[in-house]
Amino acid sequence: MFIKPKIKREIYLDHAATTYCSPEVVAAMLPYFTEVYGNPSSLYHKGREANGVLNDSRRTVAKLVNALPENIIFTGGGSESDNLAIYGVARAHESRGKHIITTTIEHHAIIHPLEDLQKQGWEVTYLKVDEEGFVKVEDVVKAIRPDTVLVSVMYANNEVGTIEPIADIGREILKYRKENNTTYPFFHTDACQAAGYINLDVEKLHVDLMTVNGSKMYGPKGVGMLYVRRGVRLKPLIVGGGQERRLRAGTENVPAIVGFAKAFELAQQQIESESKRVGDLTAFMWKELQEKIPKLKLNGPELGDRRLPNNLNVTFIDVEGEAMLLYLDEYGIMCSTGSACTSESLDPSHVLLAMGLPYEYSHGSLRFTFGHCNSKKDVEYIIKYLPDVIKQLREISPVNMGNVKHAKYKK
Amino acid sequence: MTDKSVKITDPKQPVDIRSTTGGGGWLYTDTVKDHFFNPRNFMRYGEEETFKHNAMGRVGSPACGDEMVLWLNIDPKTEKIAECRWRTFGCGSAIASTSALSEMVVENGGMPIDEALKIKPQDILNRLGGLPDRKVHCSVLGDKALQAAVNDYFRQTGQHTRIVTAGSKVIDADLHITDHDIEEAVLEGAKTLEDLQKKLKIGIINKESLPAIEDLLRYYQEKYYG
Repeated sequence: MFIKPKIKREIYLDHAATTYCSPEVVAAMLPYFTEVYGNPSSLYHKGREANGVLNDSRRTVAKLVNALPENIIFTGGGSESDNLAIYGVARAHESRGKHIITTTIEHHAIIHPLEDLQKQGWEVTYLKVDEEGFVKVEDVVKAIRPDTVLVSVMYANNEVGTIEPIADIGREILKYRKENNTTYPFFHTDACQAAGYINLDVEKLHVDLMTVNGSKMYGPKGVGMLYVRRGVRLKPLIVGGGQERRLRAGTENVPAIVGFAKAFELAQQQIESESKRVGDLTAFMWKELQEKIPKLKLNGPELGDRRLPNNLNVTFIDVEGEAMLLYLDEYGIMCSTGSACTSESLDPSHVLLAMGLPYEYSHGSLRFTFGHCNSKKDVEYIIKYLPDVIKQLREISPVNMGNVKHAKYKK
Repeated sequence: MTDKSVKITDPKQPVDIRSTTGGGGWLYTDTVKDHFFNPRNFMRYGEEETFKHNAMGRVGSPACGDEMVLWLNIDPKTEKIAECRWRTFGCGSAIASTSALSEMVVENGGMPIDEALKIKPQDILNRLGGLPDRKVHCSVLGDKALQAAVNDYFRQTGQHTRIVTAGSKVIDADLHITDHDIEEAVLEGAKTLEDLQKKLKIGIINKESLPAIEDLLRYYQEKYYG
């Protein structure tokens, strides 16, 4: 009963997990593995050459986020940047206060360090989000206390694509600092998912710290950056040779940094055209899904400018996510799910739950995130097979929920 | 292929759904894959009306991530399971383990219900050629559904004394946490007292229950992962 496709395509729809590294980026990186391999800290020619390209990359990236080169710290990726922002601020400013504000839908690279700090006596306020995943600006302001040292709110959510009002929050925090004549709290945003789809101007966003990583914008994995505004002291996570303004020791990963800068540059150039292109694909797929498959629910905001253009997160009611995922994998379609079965904790996605989605809905969610390599043909292929997969799994499923929120299944 | 989903038995191993031994192969054994893509004996649409059965068991709920319904046609003379149908809401291994169970109980002329009551999660696991550690809890519903169905048969036929009651014991009276809750938590991956407390909040106010909780934790760890 498993109908094999005549021509099996390979369709990657998990660009929010990671992207491929674009050939242009790889080409830009190559010389720095084998030719310009010096340690940027060395004084001789080969070292200076590497240092030169490191500086170039830093300038490139700084310009893209409207910052100064000295405000850019290169790291080993998004998680490290997030960790550095949280622990770095917390440890350098704990004499000032031990309170941090964040949201319930952050990435685990934010949540886990905060949970760790809570064990060490810190207080953390987790702001609730509405059913589309938005945090309210006034809630952030209300949560600020005299001992708050940091506010961290993600720019765009990785699971449902909600774009948070970062600039508004930033402005309100500035206002608070001015009115209270204080430099606290600092404001951090994780912009890993936003990069490539939204402009990341730190001045317009009024952020003091910002995380960006390479592997979500067709750059290499294992490299990212943390923007740190002048005057924001941090305690490093990795100490040693004093690289990156003593904030991140270790010989700089020059090829990766070059690749990161190149990828960021390319992504920035294509923001408008690519947003439009993938936005159309997402809209087309959602329209087709609604026509072909009954009992669906869109998770997150309505498609439009309040949501990342490449994100489509849908609950297929009465079916479980991992089962769908495995079937789709047989058709060459790759996506992800908020179901417990693929998480570490056996709890479904904390983001979907935080948005008030019932457990049974969270288990049946699939996330499709489009990218460069996707075309309309891909969507047509999915639409050809997905309805039957859902039909088959619904036939196996004993659950038949009424299309009403929180409906209880009658025996 | 099968080596890619060897059951990791060391509970100290980090919980991970990724294969730790293989390359790009499947997470599950070929048997699991076969049952998943070609499920046996499931209740098709419309068949509910016509399928003759004298027992039904339902366990789990979609909110927990797994729900399973089992229909049995038990021959009252021989007390063997003549036919079986099922439906499962759950992940790949939950569907595969129900399908495998449905084969086990009807093959060779049908399994006597006394024997069926003795089926343990491990038996289903063996049949499937193992499951990744963290997936073990999915196969546990199968034996529970089977027990529920057989109990239903006893009830229907007035044999109330034969009903198997899995007695649950209250461990933490303040929170009304039973041994079953601890069993569930272990199956969901709790390996230490801290994990259990995080999940169930047990023994935090009521410290006297701690030794009993630790005993049960050890017992269920042994039972499922030992």
